[in-house]
Amino acid sequence: MKYLSEYRDKKLIASLIDEVRRVKTAPLRIMEVCGTHTMAIFRHGLRSILPGDIELISGPGCPVCVTSSAHIDGFLHVALLDGVRVAIFGDLFRIPGSQGSLAQAQAGGARVEVVYSPMDALTLARKHPEELVVFLAVGFETTIPLVAATILEAYRQNVNNFAVFSSHKIMPPALHALLGDPELCLDGLLCPGHVSTIIGAAAYEPIARDFGISCIVTGFEPVDVLQAILMIARQVAEKRNDVENAYGRAVNWQGNGRAMALMHQVFEPVDCQWRGLGVIEQSGMAIRQEFARFDAEKRCDIKLTETPEPKGCLCGDILKGKKTPIDCPLFKGRCTPLNPVGPCMVSSEGTCAAFYKYGVV
Amino acid sequence: MCLAVPMRVIRVSGLEGDFTLTPLAVVEAQGIEKDVRLDLVDQWPEIGDYLIIHAGFAIHTLDEKEAEINLKLLREMAEGLK
Amino acid sequence: MKKLETVQLDHGSGGLASQELIKDIFLSHLDNPVLAALEDSAVLETDRGRLAFSTDSYVVDPLFFPGGDIGLLAVHGTINDLAMRGARPFCLSLGMILEEGCPMEVLRLIVDSIRKASCESGVPVVTGDTKVVPKGKGDKVFINTSGIGFVDKGVDISASMARVGDVILLSGSMGDHGITILTQRAGISMQGKLRSDTMALHNLVQKIIGLKSGAVHTLRDPTRGGVATSLNEIAEAAGVAIEIDEAEIPVHKEVDAACEILGMDPLYLANEGKCLALVQAEYAREILQAMRSLPEGAEAAIIGRVTDGPAGRVVLKTIAGGSRIVSSLTGEPLPRIC
Repeated sequence: MKYLSEYRDKKLIASLIDEVRRVKTAPLRIMEVCGTHTMAIFRHGLRSILPGDIELISGPGCPVCVTSSAHIDGFLHVALLDGVRVAIFGDLFRIPGSQGSLAQAQAGGARVEVVYSPMDALTLARKHPEELVVFLAVGFETTIPLVAATILEAYRQNVNNFAVFSSHKIMPPALHALLGDPELCLDGLLCPGHVSTIIGAAAYEPIARDFGISCIVTGFEPVDVLQAILMIARQVAEKRNDVENAYGRAVNWQGNGRAMALMHQVFEPVDCQWRGLGVIEQSGMAIRQEFARFDAEKRCDIKLTETPEPKGCLCGDILKGKKTPIDCPLFKGRCTPLNPVGPCMVSSEGTCAAFYKYGVV
Repeated sequence: MCLAVPMRVIRVSGLEGDFTLTPLAVVEAQGIEKDVRLDLVDQWPEIGDYLIIHAGFAIHTLDEKEAEINLKLLREMAEGLK
Repeated sequence: MKKLETVQLDHGSGGLASQELIKDIFLSHLDNPVLAALEDSAVLETDRGRLAFSTDSYVVDPLFFPGGDIGLLAVHGTINDLAMRGARPFCLSLGMILEEGCPMEVLRLIVDSIRKASCESGVPVVTGDTKVVPKGKGDKVFINTSGIGFVDKGVDISASMARVGDVILLSGSMGDHGITILTQRAGISMQGKLRSDTMALHNLVQKIIGLKSGAVHTLRDPTRGGVATSLNEIAEAAGVAIEIDEAEIPVHKEVDAACEILGMDPLYLANEGKCLALVQAEYAREILQAMRSLPEGAEAAIIGRVTDGPAGRVVLKTIAGGSRIVSSLTGEPLPRIC
């Protein structure tokens, strides 16, 4: 595809790796914040061609993995209510809560539909006026404005049997919380490309300044990722900690103002529990009172109850980049994609699933 | 949670600038066409523009000039190292 | 998490969940050496020679899709399962489970497709059965076909025959059927030239195994679970490692685009008219040319080879120049936005 395949060019990849080798003055520890980066790095086998002293650590950027078990249990609860049909992104289908997964709920009779767009969930609501269609919403800034636009469309069309169960989260507060951990020594962050399309590269300036860390916004093709690693290597060599944009074709400095405005019109920040990271202030996005009739939590009167993490599961430390799946006693034994214990195994972009599926040759 | 791909605009419907009237575009890549919503783009796209598509919505108009400049630099670097 | 105590859709996906179900439930109750080989069809010694026997059920939704329908699949699928052991398909049975209320016209169209596929492939339907279930207890039409074929003297093809040094061929492009069915679903629909590849492969198989006796070691049609899962099954059965080259694997550009949009990997998508052939290296070129000389193999390619790496390991050389492990499919492939 145009604007994808150019960035998979073998010659460019080889020259970028040579250049990284040439510029690099010390071993590098880099965190890819976004789960889609984790997937891309594995899919293209980038670890196998990078110099051995560049360590890539997977961060908390898989929205499904950081969704608390309370929310997953809440999702399951809604799915099992009479007269309810839930719509989800495929990513959520097999995620285990303390009571099982939506896949299991479906086998037990729940109506679960995988959709490609939140707008498809609204279409389902119009098609089934006798049911309440609930979109179980997970996602970061890339996705939240889409759900906001869908709620506004439901409002305009006066669709009364549509609601959203929001487990949305935003990235900057989580990065602040994460980088505040002194154990985490990082040289640079690969900042999530499509979150940045919405929030703009400028959003990372406080992070680069407060934590003295290079923040490179980049895309998801091998050339994008390698270009960002090269920029971090240069900054380290030149003793700089700046925000740079390696994804100019899709991200600008100020972001997408229209999408941000829509997001804030419908949603407001609230404190939010992240799996493995705990409660982070003002990091969740809840539906504003004005749109309460589209809020599934209020409509179905749901109380969230936090349950402890499964025994022995290291997902929390893995999401913080402190441990790798190889360190986990459950990995590949009790915890496999077929019988996942923690969320990082079941989400396709989860670190454990990526390690399991793609391995390191 | 950020899977998004660039696709080329082949048709636009709705009223330019009025985002409340179901702003839609048909986009194309390698023979595949898809209807997408334009609610979130901060500039009204033209035929031939590339849009970044995430879950059925355009979230950005791809900056082709920026892409060409970047690729040119990378190609020069690759040639220079030979 | 506790073991699943109900049947899930994933158990029918052709991936690891299906394999677990087969081992836990079926093999543990019905174990015998022929069944335990888990080949596409069973090959049985008889006084009159070797008999290949296979069965398959078809529950595709929708019943009609670009490039085919459930009737074509039911004939092609079982013919292909026989062909993957090198057998000449001889005859088929046809079992129909119909839902009360299914329009007669739908049934007529399907049976006409079955007639066409059976005539074109020269494999007759010689026995059949029909049952009707109450409305809501089925989904319009389910089909089961079984097939019998004969295996010529000197032909010995199975997954366990793959040898280090073998060259791996794929008879055409990958993922067409899987992505076509998936994009028929509401909400995931897209416009474009996506077509199922459903096709009978017995003529192609007879052609390539006739070139040089014993040169073709293994054949598999990568249906559910895709090329990735089939290669893992072969690597495990033969106790070898496999290396494939991403750049050499044919994928139609429309399939590629649809996969990028939906976040899917064509290695895991079903094919209904393609086979993997693991062949002795010195005959690989000749076999490739033979495949390409037939319409069903026009886009055939050499995609990799069998190596002496760790048994059961499948490695992909990526277009980026890296390498990674390719594992079996876990559950049914779903579009993702992550």
